[in-house]
Amino acid sequence: MGKLFGVVLAMIALLSAYPIVTHMYAQPMDISTHGHAIDEQLSDTMSEGGVSFLGAQLLLAFFVWKFSNRKPGSKVTQMPGGANLMVAAAFILVGTEVLALGVLGQKAWANVYFTPAKPNAMQIQAQAGQFAFYFRYPGADGKFGALHPDKIDEGNGNFFGLDPANDVDARDDIVTAELDIPVNQEIQLLMHSKDLSHSFYVRELRIQQDFVPGLDLAIHFTATQTGKYEILCTQLCGLGHYNMKAYLNVLSQDDFDKWLKEKAAEQ
Amino acid sequence: MKSRQRIQRLLIAAVSVLAVLTMARTKMARAKPAGGSISGRVTYTGTPAKMKVIDMSKEPACAKQHPQSITTETVVTDASNSLENVVVYISAGAPDEPAPTKSAVFDQKGCQYLPHVLAFQVNQPLEIVNSDPVAHNIHPRPMLNREWNKSQPAGSPPDVEKYDKAEFFPVKCNIHPWMSGHFAVLKNSHYSISNQDGAFSIPNLPPGKYTVTAWQEAYGNQTMDVTITAGESKTVDFVFKATPYVY
Repeated sequence: MGKLFGVVLAMIALLSAYPIVTHMYAQPMDISTHGHAIDEQLSDTMSEGGVSFLGAQLLLAFFVWKFSNRKPGSKVTQMPGGANLMVAAAFILVGTEVLALGVLGQKAWANVYFTPAKPNAMQIQAQAGQFAFYFRYPGADGKFGALHPDKIDEGNGNFFGLDPANDVDARDDIVTAELDIPVNQEIQLLMHSKDLSHSFYVRELRIQQDFVPGLDLAIHFTATQTGKYEILCTQLCGLGHYNMKAYLNVLSQDDFDKWLKEKAAEQ
Repeated sequence: MKSRQRIQRLLIAAVSVLAVLTMARTKMARAKPAGGSISGRVTYTGTPAKMKVIDMSKEPACAKQHPQSITTETVVTDASNSLENVVVYISAGAPDEPAPTKSAVFDQKGCQYLPHVLAFQVNQPLEIVNSDPVAHNIHPRPMLNREWNKSQPAGSPPDVEKYDKAEFFPVKCNIHPWMSGHFAVLKNSHYSISNQDGAFSIPNLPPGKYTVTAWQEAYGNQTMDVTITAGESKTVDFVFKATPYVY
């Protein structure tokens, strides 16, 4: 009976490792220039974790097999070195694995977070607030008008708190509820929160960045395929968090220009 | 002899009928109220602010209920400079009235509040309905009355509330930021909201000296003092000055 248990343990370990090793898990399509690095990082993590997992489980299965069905009267053997050796071994093994993941993965991270946006990146502002995302394009003058939180009036469509009556720079700003961008154009997203913590997540872009209230954050990315994608809020922000999303539309340059012109006329 | 009797009977009948009719007419004349009324039009001068197109893309179930684009409703205008949704009411000169039992209904439909401005009386039942296939969280924002918000998932029964102080205040939805409406809680039944032509009418006014106030959500209040004699209909027009921006 005990030996059977050992066999079953080994089988469970191997069967559960199989779909990971053969990459049977589906991933959303990758439309980002840095997506490949992130996906490789995930693969590496699976491999490193998998090696430790299989090692530990198969070792467990072996011990169960070897020491099951003890004959009556046989003595319990101790592992040489006792508990101290176990703790040291665990520390070294787990520590090495975690360090390896960090060292090998830092390139993917640095690519996204420590590289500045290119000088020709298109700047778009994103504001998160309970429970919607709104976006602002600078308009023909290329400048964003000042923000005045006391002027925020959502019922009147002034989500950002612009003051076009007094700020000349704000008059041509284009405020939209959808994030439309041209394909193969680097975007620098200038992020701030209207109220509390939210998060910007587009899985196809392999991008996720929290909005931290009080901070002005920026991320940059380039979309490589046209299409309609979901932007989800992935930081619990209240009773409407489940409903908080916007759409990212990646368009050809011509379609994007046309869309921006339409939106400018609506302002 | 027989014919004279017949004529007499006919005469009595005729006089009785006439008497009854005369009494009836006098009775009706006494029962009719001194039905004065104040009516008129609300218009604007100048160029009103451009209303913003509402983008409901984050709520597709509502977006598809509006195949034509819709705009914010802060300043709703039409031909001949008319202003819609202006609450015109008697602010002085009429006694406070007990609340009617019939509910005022405020509907959430297509992720919009219908009507945009709802007027009702102090302590009158206010029925808040969710006609959408999505959840809403209505959040009226008074300064004098108690502030509350209420979630209504799709298919919820109507929520009945009431306000015990007269006040004008905005209403928003915590889930859908573009939703905007107003409540006008009034002390009596003499009020009217201007329609698409800017026209309003306040009937059933006993004779007296009244102050009529017109309230527009962006342009504020205007008042006019009006004296009504028994059964008199007076015309009062209000003209608001439009501003290029409403924020």
